[in-house]
Amino acid sequence: MKVDASNPLWRFRGITSTAMFFFAYLYLPIVVLIALSFNENRLATIWTGFTMDWYVTALSNDDMLRAAQNSIVIAVSATVLATIAATLAAMGMSRGRFKGEAGVSAMLVLPLLVPEIVTAIATLLFFVALGIKLGLLTVIIAHTVFCIPFAYLPIRARLEGMDPALVEAANDLYANEWKAFRRVTLPLLWPGILSGAMLSFIISLDDFVISYFVGGAGATTLPIYIFGMIRIGITPEVNAVSAMMLIVSILFVSISFLIDRIRY
Amino acid sequence: MSEVVISAKSVGKTFGSGADKVTALDDVSVDIFQNEFFTMLGPSGCGKTTLLRLIGGFEQATSGQILLEGKALNDLPPYKRPINTVFQSYALFPHLTVRQNITFGLEMQGVARKQADDRAEEMLELVRLAQYGDRVPSQLSGGQQQRIALARALAPAPKVLLLDEPLSALDLKLRKEMQVELKRLQTETGITFVFVTHDQEEALAMSDRIAVMKSGEILQIGAPREIYEAPTHRFVADFIGDSNFLVGNLVDDGAGKRAVKLGGGQVIELTQDVSSQRSGEVTVSVRPERLGLVAENQAGANQLVGTVSTVIYFGTDTTYQIDLGNDALLTVRMQNGSGAKADFAQGERVGITMSPDSIRVLAD
Repeated sequence: MKVDASNPLWRFRGITSTAMFFFAYLYLPIVVLIALSFNENRLATIWTGFTMDWYVTALSNDDMLRAAQNSIVIAVSATVLATIAATLAAMGMSRGRFKGEAGVSAMLVLPLLVPEIVTAIATLLFFVALGIKLGLLTVIIAHTVFCIPFAYLPIRARLEGMDPALVEAANDLYANEWKAFRRVTLPLLWPGILSGAMLSFIISLDDFVISYFVGGAGATTLPIYIFGMIRIGITPEVNAVSAMMLIVSILFVSISFLIDRIRY
Repeated sequence: MSEVVISAKSVGKTFGSGADKVTALDDVSVDIFQNEFFTMLGPSGCGKTTLLRLIGGFEQATSGQILLEGKALNDLPPYKRPINTVFQSYALFPHLTVRQNITFGLEMQGVARKQADDRAEEMLELVRLAQYGDRVPSQLSGGQQQRIALARALAPAPKVLLLDEPLSALDLKLRKEMQVELKRLQTETGITFVFVTHDQEEALAMSDRIAVMKSGEILQIGAPREIYEAPTHRFVADFIGDSNFLVGNLVDDGAGKRAVKLGGGQVIELTQDVSSQRSGEVTVSVRPERLGLVAENQAGANQLVGTVSTVIYFGTDTTYQIDLGNDALLTVRMQNGSGAKADFAQGERVGITMSPDSIRVLAD
């Protein structure tokens, strides 16, 4: 990368050490966590030698696998539902101005700002009031809600950048509304949709607070399972599970980022 | 050029409601003929694009109706109208190749693949981009994209082609080329072109007929020559080319003809047939190049005389500002080297020659 010497930042002598401290602050705990997942010792914090055993242990732990399976079922379902809802919302919002548009726009992304604990309690009380039994379904519903803004934003951004004349041109060339959507809007929108879906998936996979509240007995997700493991005592198995989650997260976020950069 | 293809009957269009209500079109009626290059010309906000979008079906008229070959189009969506559009932004589908762009309309109409591909080749030849079928739009220059947009819109052989300021994004040289190209395409395909522009030169160069629009109304419809030589409104005379405007009173010259008496008492004779009902103050227009100058002592009895106030030399011609007195100024443009004496100095008294048919009395 080229260094821009005119950047006034370089006049600050301590910039290198400050930056290094900052990045260490951000990433050192994660590096340590991954490093200790290869620790031979049962006590996660005392290094005695290298081993892959904890990964083997984790991957043969039925409870852990069940939790992982729950997490994936929830994340996939919530992602699909949230992405469909977000796509429809983004399409609707881009159709033209209307009264209260700013309000609706704000409401769509509000779940990003509401403290999660508030959403969690509210959702729990809501399900209890309706008499819905807590389980996978309730977690899926709750996750769908907070995934919508994450899916919505990249899709909306795509639509904003799309020339409205493109759909008109498709209509003009004898494509009805549906065909215009399928042949023009959707192909141009799919990077945004996919990017939004990936983000939703990760956010759902990662969620603890809401899952913990509305999950019930049969719906233990991976984060909840890890939390349970820690309460018993931290073994490097926790580190191994966490490291695997991290890899999945980084993978999905990177793909989402790369897809979002696709330009025609 | 006899059969009416598009007919707008008392078409009105308003946007918004209440205090924000904007009238884009106000009771517009116009007939557009078969095989015609018809241009709607006017400044931005005059309603020309709205009228085009109504014909295309992208907007619905608030009142009145639009007929295609005698049949009301009112509620037909764009995809059911045998009318295609070249958009200002071209709106080429960026995820499709040039060929796929051109065959899009045909495919939607259910034309077989092979036939559609043949038609695409034909269209590519027509717009002289035969080797570009496999490229994507982003690999083309602005002028090439423009041609592809034309090819795409012409491929389904529409009854009418709508063009919404298609040349405005091109540089001057390319624009001139495309003007010639558009005219050629229109003649070769025999399709009625309805063209929207704010560029008067473009309109004059290409059109069979021009409708000059202002504030949601059509002021004048006519052939380019007619619009230029015989404008009916001050706005038309002003918008297209340069014009002199003089204010005077309508009078009878005694010999049964009508004339305009200027404030300073000088009289301009008219050949235009002005209704005998009209009287009082009127504005007349005359093009600067339709005027000539002679030395004052050669001026005829009925000629205007004035004083040269400024002289601007432009090479091919010279522009003189003549002070007629009473705040009346006249611009005269004379070609240099045309044989006539065209060498008057500032402050010189001159007579102004004009053919009476170039003097137009304007509507109020």
